[in-house]
Amino acid sequence: MADVTPKPRPKPFSIPRQPMPEQPPMVRVKNFKEVPYGLTPDLAILEATRCIQCKNPQCVPGCPVSVQIPEFIDLVAKGKFVEAARKIKETNALPAVCGRVCPQEEQCELPCVLGKKGEPVAIGRLERFVADFERVTGNVEIPQVASPTGKRVAVVGAGPAGLTVAGDLVQMGHDVTIFEALHKPGGVLMYGIPEFRLPKEIVQAEVEYIVKLGAKLECNAVIGKSITIDELLAEEGFDAVFIGTGAGLPYFMNIPGENLIGVYSANEYLTRANLMKAYAFPEADTPLTKSKHVAVVGGGNVAMDAARTAMRMGAEKVYVVYRRSKKEMPARIEEIHHAEEEGIEFHLLTNPVAFHGNDEAWVTEVECLKMELGEPDASGRRRPVPVKGSEFRLPVDTVIMSIGNGANPLVPSTTPGLNTNKWGNILADQETGKTSKKGVFAGGDIVIGAATVILAMGAGRKAAAAINEYLKTGAW
Amino acid sequence: MFPILESREIAKNVHLQRIHSPRIARKRKAGQFLILRRADNGERIPLTIVGSDPGEGSVTIIFQVVGKSTAEFARMKAGDSYLDVVGPLGLATHIEKFGTVVGIGGGIGTAPLLPIATSIKQGGNRLISIVGARTKDLLILEDDMRAISDEIVVTTDDGSYAKKGFVTTALQELIDRGEKIDLCIAIGPVPMMRAVAEVTRPHQIKTVVSLNPIMVDATGMCGACRVSVGGATKFVCVDGPEFDGHQVDFKELVMRNRAYLREEKTAMERFEHKDGKCMGSGTPAPVGGKS
Repeated sequence: MADVTPKPRPKPFSIPRQPMPEQPPMVRVKNFKEVPYGLTPDLAILEATRCIQCKNPQCVPGCPVSVQIPEFIDLVAKGKFVEAARKIKETNALPAVCGRVCPQEEQCELPCVLGKKGEPVAIGRLERFVADFERVTGNVEIPQVASPTGKRVAVVGAGPAGLTVAGDLVQMGHDVTIFEALHKPGGVLMYGIPEFRLPKEIVQAEVEYIVKLGAKLECNAVIGKSITIDELLAEEGFDAVFIGTGAGLPYFMNIPGENLIGVYSANEYLTRANLMKAYAFPEADTPLTKSKHVAVVGGGNVAMDAARTAMRMGAEKVYVVYRRSKKEMPARIEEIHHAEEEGIEFHLLTNPVAFHGNDEAWVTEVECLKMELGEPDASGRRRPVPVKGSEFRLPVDTVIMSIGNGANPLVPSTTPGLNTNKWGNILADQETGKTSKKGVFAGGDIVIGAATVILAMGAGRKAAAAINEYLKTGAW
Repeated sequence: MFPILESREIAKNVHLQRIHSPRIARKRKAGQFLILRRADNGERIPLTIVGSDPGEGSVTIIFQVVGKSTAEFARMKAGDSYLDVVGPLGLATHIEKFGTVVGIGGGIGTAPLLPIATSIKQGGNRLISIVGARTKDLLILEDDMRAISDEIVVTTDDGSYAKKGFVTTALQELIDRGEKIDLCIAIGPVPMMRAVAEVTRPHQIKTVVSLNPIMVDATGMCGACRVSVGGATKFVCVDGPEFDGHQVDFKELVMRNRAYLREEKTAMERFEHKDGKCMGSGTPAPVGGKS
């Protein structure tokens, strides 16, 4: 019945949440290898036996793609790891990615009953474990897809939203082509999230899975430039289009000195390091400045990724400069914790007001103001207010601006009839992804603004269902 | 894969290649560029599209060997393939009936000027061209430019061919003889474009320049290519590459293009060493600089 010796169901509350073994901080800051090693089969079974298999599970509604969590965990507890992976894949085509980058503590693990008294079941770690087990042991199986419908769908952007849409639609029997602007598929999973948090080999394996399901993939196709949405519909014979182009327009602060050399957007810094593999320069051709003192401006996951990447690129000191307090940081606690362990210094309640440079226009200092928290603002977080006379200067040779992304205008600006809001995000129905243009759906960061991988996947899931409906009925 | 149909050296260290890329060939307009990547681990190099043949499905590029990546490109022959070709990128040149237009190409800048000048001429304008180079060996596309121009002045800095002097000298002479210039388009090294803008500024001649900053993705995602234009930050890859020459902060552009000089030198030295011979490309110019 089981691949590995099953354990009798013990009293779940008696077992503590199992930690995931990981590289020690002082070792990992010198390499780009993944930080956690992952659970062992024994640890996974032990962790899975903690799940009390609630009759009315609270974890599932917490998941944007409704993974059948108790079912897959039960299979893990029985040692049926491959079956567990396939159970997840019924609703989530990218489990190895989600097991690593989803904020489980805010989603599936937050409502876990065990969390009321102690710690919740480590759902994310188990998801990661079974996905890795299936892949590493060569057990990935391509399920039978529905018979061809004869309908063609173009998916714009091979990121989390687009890959989810493509995976779902191809299984429903539609003919799907994914168009990707960059030379490799994966979107933010490739250019943004670093190797040490999400190995690129794993991303490519998950994309490969979607291609094996039957989706076609065309890289180097910049929709809006190489082909327009109207051309996809009118000339290339697609019956529907899904736009999942992501949040690809970096914000800057528009303060003096921001165009000095050494001031990067996080997108640029991370793209050079991840997609272009600048950490391997000169073996890889794309360079990235070897910095000594780096200031990362911002407090989100991307800021943590940039700071930890800078450390691995050999920086002596890396500062995170954030204008609110730690409590308000949007980054996952786990990421902040990893960053702290790796020696990254946090300048909280601190806001840059200018950058200063030398004669060759290289940045040399960040001029900052100390802040204090005032009344709550529109986001419900207390608004940071400058403290008079608190200016100070931080000596740096690199600054990484990580204060968010706006909507990239390439697609909206070349698609007549596609409505956007005042920030340039495409207006789309939250439940269906339907836009103002017939046959065109959208989801992910291009609609909701910079968010998470799993929210983009959730939007993709809903859009795929709506696209399927539209293709069947033609009703808009 | 994108096969090379033709590859030849048209001047010292300046190469022309015709590449199979049907989508771009169909779609591209004057003023736009593409991104090339030779192989895995290669850089994304932006280059202006000089011409295209939609029937054959090919695009033509012209580039100068300025660093490791372009040195590798230069060795590729007909039958070899680029791993990635992306485009067309950037905004197309705005074409209308301006009147008399002076098109100025300096050095390798004549390559991106050619398709723009051609469209300008086809748009019903009178075209006066000024084509310059440091020396005779570096002069390119003289005949092509002559064929589309109502009048052409060729200059070399050292006087080794045609008129001795800078392109700005020739421009000044046009102005001095009372030529009514409605638009000036200048493409070449940054100091040349800056000098042209300074010549035209007192005469309030609208001057368009095409910029060549460092780029990575070239779709507006990274911001590596940002320049200050009239005090506002612009992304050359999506807002350009053409801008009002009287508004561009050229000093900042020159500085920013120097960001990776050290790394470019390392890469080139390593490439030459491994190769066992000198490519003799002279001073490395900015990586990612459009030709």
